[in-house]
Amino acid sequence: MIYREAGQFKASYEEDQQIFPIKQDRIVMAALVAAAFFVAPFVASEYWLQAVLTPVLVFALAALGLNILTGYAGQLSLGTGAFMAVGAYATYNFLLRLDGLPFLVGLVLGGLSAAAVGVVFGLPSLRIKGFYLAMATLAAQFFIVWALAKFPWFSNYSSSGIITAQRIEIFGFAFDTPARKYLLTLAIVSLLALVAKNLARTNTGRSWMAVRDMDVAAEVIGIPLMKTKLLAFAVSSFYCGIAGGLYAYTYLGTVEPDGFGLDLSFKILFMIIIGGMGSVLGAFLGAAFILLLPVGLNVLMHTSVGALVPATLASNLELIVFGVLIIFFLIVEPHGLTRLWQIGKEKLRLWPFPH
Amino acid sequence: MARVIGDVILDLQNISLSFGGVKALTNISFDVREGEIRAIIGPNGAGKSSMLNVINGVYHPQQGRIVFRGQERRRMNPHEAAAQGIARTFQNIALFKGMTVLDNIMTGRNLMMRRNFLWNALYWGPSRREEIAHRKRVEEIIDFLEIQNIRKTPVGRLPYGLQKRVELARALAAEPSLLLLDEPMAGMNVEEKQDMCRFILDVNEQLGTTIVLIEHDMGVVMDISDRVVVLDYGRKIGDGPPDEVRNDPVVIEAYLGAGH
Ligand SMILES: Nc1ncnc2c1ncn2[C@@H]1O[C@H](COP(=O)(O)OP(=O)(O)OP(=O)(O)O)[C@@H](O)[C@H]1O
Ligand SMILES: [Mg+2]
Repeated sequence: MIYREAGQFKASYEEDQQIFPIKQDRIVMAALVAAAFFVAPFVASEYWLQAVLTPVLVFALAALGLNILTGYAGQLSLGTGAFMAVGAYATYNFLLRLDGLPFLVGLVLGGLSAAAVGVVFGLPSLRIKGFYLAMATLAAQFFIVWALAKFPWFSNYSSSGIITAQRIEIFGFAFDTPARKYLLTLAIVSLLALVAKNLARTNTGRSWMAVRDMDVAAEVIGIPLMKTKLLAFAVSSFYCGIAGGLYAYTYLGTVEPDGFGLDLSFKILFMIIIGGMGSVLGAFLGAAFILLLPVGLNVLMHTSVGALVPATLASNLELIVFGVLIIFFLIVEPHGLTRLWQIGKEKLRLWPFPH
Repeated sequence: MARVIGDVILDLQNISLSFGGVKALTNISFDVREGEIRAIIGPNGAGKSSMLNVINGVYHPQQGRIVFRGQERRRMNPHEAAAQGIARTFQNIALFKGMTVLDNIMTGRNLMMRRNFLWNALYWGPSRREEIAHRKRVEEIIDFLEIQNIRKTPVGRLPYGLQKRVELARALAAEPSLLLLDEPMAGMNVEEKQDMCRFILDVNEQLGTTIVLIEHDMGVVMDISDRVVVLDYGRKIGDGPPDEVRNDPVVIEAYLGAGH
C-alpha cells in the first residue's frame, strides 16, 4: 500500500480531528502498541526490559511532562528532576503512612502532590519569562532536593534520605518481575500519552500554544493568562510526578534525593530538544534516542570501526555526540526528530512522483 | 441586505492617555454607532493604535469615560472586553506562529468553549461534541474568507497578505459585535487590498458587525467608511463623513496636505 492520504476522503470533521488522520499511520501505531504490549514482554531479555525499555518509558513520560510546559505552553523549566522527586517521595509516604492504600491511588496522590508543588513554583511565571523563569525553577530544583535530604521524615528516617519502594500489588496481583513492571509502566505511560494528545488537540492545548506564541494576542482573544499558565504547570508537574513515582517503583526500586538532581532535569530537557518541542511523539523519540545512544555507541566501539577511535576520545565520545546533536537541533531543527520524521513522511507521500 | 445604522454603542468621552512624559492621547471624544464602519486616520504616531488599545482594555487611560452598550467603565482588562464582544486585529500581525491556520482561528472561539481540561483530557462526549460544533462554525469562516486550501498550514509559513486575512478570521471566530482593525491593508498589493476591502464590507453588511478601522490608504477610507475621526499629535482635529473631512482645511493642513 502506498503511503498517501489521497483517496481517503474525510467524510466528517470528526474523522479529520482524529489523532492520526492518515490510515497508514493508524495501522503502524496500532502495530507498535500491540508489539509493545504483547511481543516485547515475551521476547526481550530481563536486562532489556529492566534496564532499557522500562526507563525509556519512564523518561518519555517525564519528557512529555516537560514538553507540556516548555514545548506547548512555552514556559522554560529546569525543575523537572525536583518535580519527579516530589512524585516519588510523596507516593512513598502515602503508601507508607496510609495503611492499605492501593498502589495506583498512592501513585496518583504522588502526581497530585507534584502538581501542587509545580503550581507554587509556577507562580513566578505570571510575572517573569524565559531566562528568569528558568532561574526560578532552578531554585525549586535545588530547594526540593535539599529539603528531601535535610528532613528525615520524608524518607522515614533512613540514612541520607534513601527510600526503598514498597512491593507493588494491584488487586492482589504482584508486579514483581521485570516483565510485569514493564507492562505496568507501559499501561500507565500509554494512557497518559493519550491524555496528553487529547489535551493538545483541544481548546486546552490551543490555549497553551497561544500563550507560548504571543501572550498579548492570547489575552485579547480572552484566554486567561494566569489560569492557562498555572494549568500548564499543574498538568506538567503531575506527569513528572507520576514519572518520578515510576522511576522509583518500577525502574530503580531504591532512590535518593541526589538522584533527582539538576543533571536529571537537563537530561530530560535534552530529550525534548532532540525529540521535538511541542510534540507528544517527540518525548518518546527523544527519550529513546538519549537512552539508546550510549548502548549504540558501545556496540559500535566493539566493532572494527571502534578500534580506530583513540581511547581518550572513546571515553568522551558520548558527551561529544550529545553536544554536537544538541547544538545541531537547537540551531538547525528546533522541532527535533519529530520534524525530521514528518519531513520523511511528506517525501513519502509524494513518492514515487516527487513533482 | 440594506445596512442599518443604529444607536451609539460605544461612546468615548475626554480620553487622555500618556506614557511617562509622552502624551499619546489628549482629551479625545467620539462615538461609534451600531452597524457603521468608523475610520480613524492620522499621521504616524498620532495615537490611532493607542486609541484601539484603550477601547479593548490593553491600555488604561488616565482620564475619561468609556461607555460601551450603556455600561460605563474606567478601566477594563482585555479579557473582559473580549467577553463583551470586542475583537481586534493588530498592526503588526499577532498570530500564533507555531499553530496551523485552523488552530489559530479555533482559538478565537475559546470564550465560547465551556468544557474544562478534564473533559478535554478524555476527548469524549461533551468535549468531542463541542470541538466538532466549533470546528463547523470555523469552517464557515474559512469559506467566507476563502482560505480553505491553507487551513492546515502553520501560519508562520504564509505570505504577509494571507496572514492578515487569517488574523481577521480569528477575530471573526469570536462572533464580535464590535470589530477593531488596525491597518488591515498595510503592506498589501492592490489586489490583496481589494480582497480585504470586500471582506470588510461583507462582514459589515452580512454579519452586521460594527467596525472601527485604522487605515492609511485614503482611497480605501473614503470608499468604505461611514464616518472618519482624524487624529494628530494625540488630539482630535476632525470628525465627520468622508467628504466633509476630506475638505476640512485643518485636516488638509495637518495630514492630507503633508504629502499624502
Ligand atoms: N506602550 C507604549 N509605551 C510608550 N509609548 C507608547 C506606547 N504605545 C504608544 N506610545 C507612543 O504613543 C504615541 C502614539 O502611538 P500610536 O502607536 O498610537 O500611533 P499610531 O497613530 O498608531 O501610529 P502609526 O501610524 O505609526 O501606527 C507615539 O508617540 C508612541 O511612541
Ligand atoms: Mg498604529
